[in-house]
Amino acid sequence: MDLNFTPEEEAFREEVRSFLKDKLSEELATKVRNGRDLNKADMENWHATLNSQGWLAPGWPVEHGGTDWDSVNMHIFEEECARANAPRTVPFGLGMLGPVLIKFGTEEQKATILPRILSGEDWWCQGYSEPGAGSDLASLKTRAIRDGDDYIINGQKTWTTLGQFANKIFCLVRTSTEGKRQEGISFILVDLDTPGIEMRPIKLIEGGFEVNEVFFTDVRVPAVNMVGEENMGWTIAKYLLGHERTNIAGVGASSEALSQLKALARKVKRKGKPLAQDPLFAAKVAEVEIDLEAMRMTNLRMLSGVADAQGSVSSMLKIKGTVIRQAINDLSRRALGATACPFPSEDVIGNYAIAPAQAASNAANYFNNRKLSIFGGSNEIQRNIIAKETFGA
Amino acid sequence: MDFTPTEDRRMIGDSLRRYLAEQYPIEHRNAVAYEGDFHDPAKWAELAELGILGALVSEADGGFGGAGFDITTVFEEMGRAICAEPMLGNLMALRLYAAHGEAERIEAIIAGAEKAAFGFDESDAYGDLDSITTRANGDTLTGRKTVVYGAHCADYILIAAQSDGGKLGLYEVAAADAEVLSYAMIDGAGAAEVILDKTKARCLAEDAREAIEAALDAGRVALCAEAVGAMDVLKVMTKDYLMQRQQFGRPIALFQALQHRLVDFSIEIEQARSITIYAAAKLDESDSKARALAVAQAKNLIGRAGKLVAEEAVQMHGGIGMTWEYSGSHYAKRLIMIDHQLGDTEDQLRTAMALSDIAEGV
Repeated sequence: MDLNFTPEEEAFREEVRSFLKDKLSEELATKVRNGRDLNKADMENWHATLNSQGWLAPGWPVEHGGTDWDSVNMHIFEEECARANAPRTVPFGLGMLGPVLIKFGTEEQKATILPRILSGEDWWCQGYSEPGAGSDLASLKTRAIRDGDDYIINGQKTWTTLGQFANKIFCLVRTSTEGKRQEGISFILVDLDTPGIEMRPIKLIEGGFEVNEVFFTDVRVPAVNMVGEENMGWTIAKYLLGHERTNIAGVGASSEALSQLKALARKVKRKGKPLAQDPLFAAKVAEVEIDLEAMRMTNLRMLSGVADAQGSVSSMLKIKGTVIRQAINDLSRRALGATACPFPSEDVIGNYAIAPAQAASNAANYFNNRKLSIFGGSNEIQRNIIAKETFGA
Repeated sequence: MDFTPTEDRRMIGDSLRRYLAEQYPIEHRNAVAYEGDFHDPAKWAELAELGILGALVSEADGGFGGAGFDITTVFEEMGRAICAEPMLGNLMALRLYAAHGEAERIEAIIAGAEKAAFGFDESDAYGDLDSITTRANGDTLTGRKTVVYGAHCADYILIAAQSDGGKLGLYEVAAADAEVLSYAMIDGAGAAEVILDKTKARCLAEDAREAIEAALDAGRVALCAEAVGAMDVLKVMTKDYLMQRQQFGRPIALFQALQHRLVDFSIEIEQARSITIYAAAKLDESDSKARALAVAQAKNLIGRAGKLVAEEAVQMHGGIGMTWEYSGSHYAKRLIMIDHQLGDTEDQLRTAMALSDIAEGV
């Protein structure tokens, strides 16, 4: 038992810190810290900065432009990025399609698509969920019917995150209605410029736009765009969901959110005293801090390979990580009292700031982060996964 | 970072687990825990022979362990068997003797020849070292210590008392010189009221505050590990019961409402295990504030997790979980009562808040 990082790991942390200090602009970090929406250019710029450092796709093999970091290095990198308020990279190309192609793609797919993910020429989005296929993803109905050298796709995808910025989409489509539902699904790559595709934004609870519906009407896609064999999409989908779990707990992001919460509690006043000195509020903060400390250790145990990384531990971390993050969001909203009420874009009226700038989006972020326990396999689905492993049924 | 136990600790843990499984099964445990002397001297001697007490003390002080992870290794196994032997009292006494260079006493305790306990709580000073009223006067002590774990079978009882100089001192009383009123605890094992009336006492230190805080923190980490061991066992019992119990024509493990409840408490057990590891590592740090914070955080979480696991396990077992005969009920009781020892969930939260950086600089 030794809970310390090695000197090499500490040196790596220093390297990451000094990179972030040099390359992350104060303006961008402030935007992230204050929970403001990032525009497309913000995300593209940070993507390019990481790419030129060679740190954009840490989980990829070196020959495809990745790093040789182990899971502890990746954890340190994620922790430092969160602490510095660097934007999260968009995961659809880097964390999802990339690993899928590296595992299942043809040499040509790897050679043409992977470099364009890194360069930022292609922005990928995800076509998985459908109006009738959420947690029960295998019930998806979007059809792809073979027609010569093409497939013709008809149907609808939804919850497509940042689809408004994307030029490509990877989709799960039904290529067979025979046999088990899971055995008639394929994984296919689609150019969003193809005729017959319409993307419509979905306005979310807090007023923001980050997800979309995508409609496919007689969309003709070359058959070479299929990844893996026809009807092998479920295997790929499962691989994708199981990939890159090092950050599933969001320890870095929650730690940063907690230290911002503490800073806010020192700044705002209740009954003439800093909120930080109110025992009721401070007790709630202390309790969530304890849960976070325990989860940090659970996460490190998983990364060190002691706890089972593939199975139920990652589901546990998903549940606990999202619950903790949401608890911090909840306290961050309540710390503001009435000043949490203004719509975030209207928090400065004239020259008059209603809430502290770094906290003006707290209520919006609270609402937005209700998604955490819903997406990526809802927390109830995660419980089913753990139960299946526990009871073997 | 390395989360694998050392070979030595694995061996101690394995041999203790085997020994307790064979020699201290639940029927024996319950017979010892609630009746007679609340203690089995023959088994205690064998535990000493196995080196369990020596594992709680550092090499420099005459043992061969003494680190936080040595304590958790031993107590996790004690928890798996809900062993009723007075390990907690002896652990704290050993830490205090070690802090004051009492090599002879340590040697005797490690060998199983003597047993000791540590009295700190008073009925009006529960978890509150500042309000202790037991006083030293020359070489005698007067006062009353309440619920002293292991005092029912101790040869010597260490007492936290106000010294002549007004500090928190540490004194040793021979059990034979004091009035020791023994009883069983609701979850089994023994404790005693220790009544001191101009009782002859030996002063170990006029100011022992730091050593006492450290010994109590070692005790808290031990309780955390004991709880983790007990929770692991209770989880397996509950899982097995859900799979075996048939209602509505099927095993009740097939009902999602029950599956999710078991999952929720399993998650808290992993959290409990994690924070116990964290606190055990911090126990060895020289920074006493960092140590106290980590230990308070750990025992707070253990208190919450233990209550959840205990209550949910009883609930999911239904009526059978309510019976004395079913061993799970004794694990549930132990988990609930651990929260009452050395400061409960709220006490720990107060400590964690006081040591938190939240109000720094305001």
